Amino acid sequence: MRRWLVLFPAWVWLLGFVAAPTVILLGIALGSSAEGVPPFRWPIGPGFAWQGGFGNFATLFEDEFYRDSLWRAVRLAASTAALTLLLGFPMAFAIARARSGWRAPLLALVLLPFWTGFLLRMGAFIGLLRDQGLVNAALIGLGFIQEPLQLLYTEGAMLAGMVHAYLPFAVLPLYATLSRLDPMLEQAAADLGAGPVAAFLTVTLPLALPGVVAAFLLVFIPAAGEFVIPELLGPSDALPVGRVLWQEFFQNRDWPMAAALAIALLALLIVPIRLFQRTS
Amino acid sequence: MRRVRLVPCLLAAGLVFLWAPVLLLVGFAFSADRIPFQWGGFSLRWFTTLAANERLIEAAWLSLRVAAGAATLATLIGGVAGFALARWGAFRGRALFGALIGATLVLPEVVTGLAMLLLFVTLEAAIGWPAGRGALTVLLAHATLGAAYVAVVVQARLAGNERMLEEAAMDLGAGPAAAFRTITLPLMAPALAAGWLLAFTLSFDDLVIASFVSGPAGTTLPVLVFSALRLGLTPEINALGAIILALAALCVGLAVLLMRARWLEGGGEGG
Repeated sequence: MRRWLVLFPAWVWLLGFVAAPTVILLGIALGSSAEGVPPFRWPIGPGFAWQGGFGNFATLFEDEFYRDSLWRAVRLAASTAALTLLLGFPMAFAIARARSGWRAPLLALVLLPFWTGFLLRMGAFIGLLRDQGLVNAALIGLGFIQEPLQLLYTEGAMLAGMVHAYLPFAVLPLYATLSRLDPMLEQAAADLGAGPVAAFLTVTLPLALPGVVAAFLLVFIPAAGEFVIPELLGPSDALPVGRVLWQEFFQNRDWPMAAALAIALLALLIVPIRLFQRTS
Repeated sequence: MRRVRLVPCLLAAGLVFLWAPVLLLVGFAFSADRIPFQWGGFSLRWFTTLAANERLIEAAWLSLRVAAGAATLATLIGGVAGFALARWGAFRGRALFGALIGATLVLPEVVTGLAMLLLFVTLEAAIGWPAGRGALTVLLAHATLGAAYVAVVVQARLAGNERMLEEAAMDLGAGPAAAFRTITLPLMAPALAAGWLLAFTLSFDDLVIASFVSGPAGTTLPVLVFSALRLGLTPEINALGAIILALAALCVGLAVLLMRARWLEGGGEGG
């Protein structure tokens, strides 16, 4: 009974600010947009008359623009996660195998940029990559090119920003797994005649697989809803679902459509999320 | 042999990739040139312009207050939740309780932001609270996100310590309240501090959720910086970056002193 009392505020908070918004989101996705403040009609009208429907979801599946936005989000999230792993795995491996006094400072160096203002780092990317930016100036100065290259507002700039932002999320779980592996296992494989590549592929990688899966999902899940990085660094036609949802809400003021997009994004992520919760 | 050398090189490359934009940003904050990321001699002029920018100072002050309030609220709620999850075993509704905390951690920001806004709009229509949107709604939304993170950090910390210490205290005659005060609370303290800092950072750095739930009266620093970045980079933003980096370094230094190196090693497992 006393426990109930202690937990009561936390329960009220979680039900009120986590469960209720999700239910309301679903409700409004079934409603329709309308003139007025707020600009939508509930699916259940006065006198409990049903006035909702799946119209928003039908539009979402029929209109290529919305369908594409979901597909683009999956592609963006998957390529971000893959690139992050490609860079993050050797980093985590090197930290795990560094001398014990070096590990904590190296790990701190990976995590620290996380605390330095995400938007300001994206601003730095803009400064580096734009036409008069540092990278172009350096390439011209070194005589590699005469005219500045279009670097900003490209897929490449967007991916670089994504990898930059999500790298710490991948290194942490990979480090946690790799630091628990016994280096003697690789040694044993080498003694039994495996070359370094074979030892890595047959011993280290399979043992690290849970960490690899966790890292992939930990990047994939938030990256699928990303809005800021495609908006600031990506081409104007790179419209993953996060950016489309934002437009529907802020520019078109179509709240029910934005809610339907949010529900679609959730539906898309339900499998990765369940997988992630099982691995961790 | 080759792999042994390749791997540290990749670590170095990764660290350069992570740090180069940050360090260049700070370096060029001291450039006199009007064009950002162009060297025009050493100058502090952009720090002076920054100090005179009232809208920015106002937004920074609002962000600091919202982040401090949200982090404190998050630590209170998340601390209790994490303690219950770590120590109370299978209490009634535990599965739902854990799922709600887990959901908060994994929902994409755009979904959380939109859902929170729709809640506030619905609440205002139904009971008239919270009236309008601004600092309060941003604080409530950030506290919700922060509480989930605090709960996970506290739970991870307590899971590492067997409850034997508390049982020993009670065997020696301490009541449950005294055992909690003298044993559990000191055990939780580093996790509470780390959780508070994490919740503060999440709030201070958040653009997406704040954009949804803040009205015109709730322009936080990231909201202002984002609209500035959309119009184009200015050297003032570099100066702001240098200041935030200095403050962040100070906070992290403090946190490391609090947690010592041991926490960083264990932080990997705690996630």
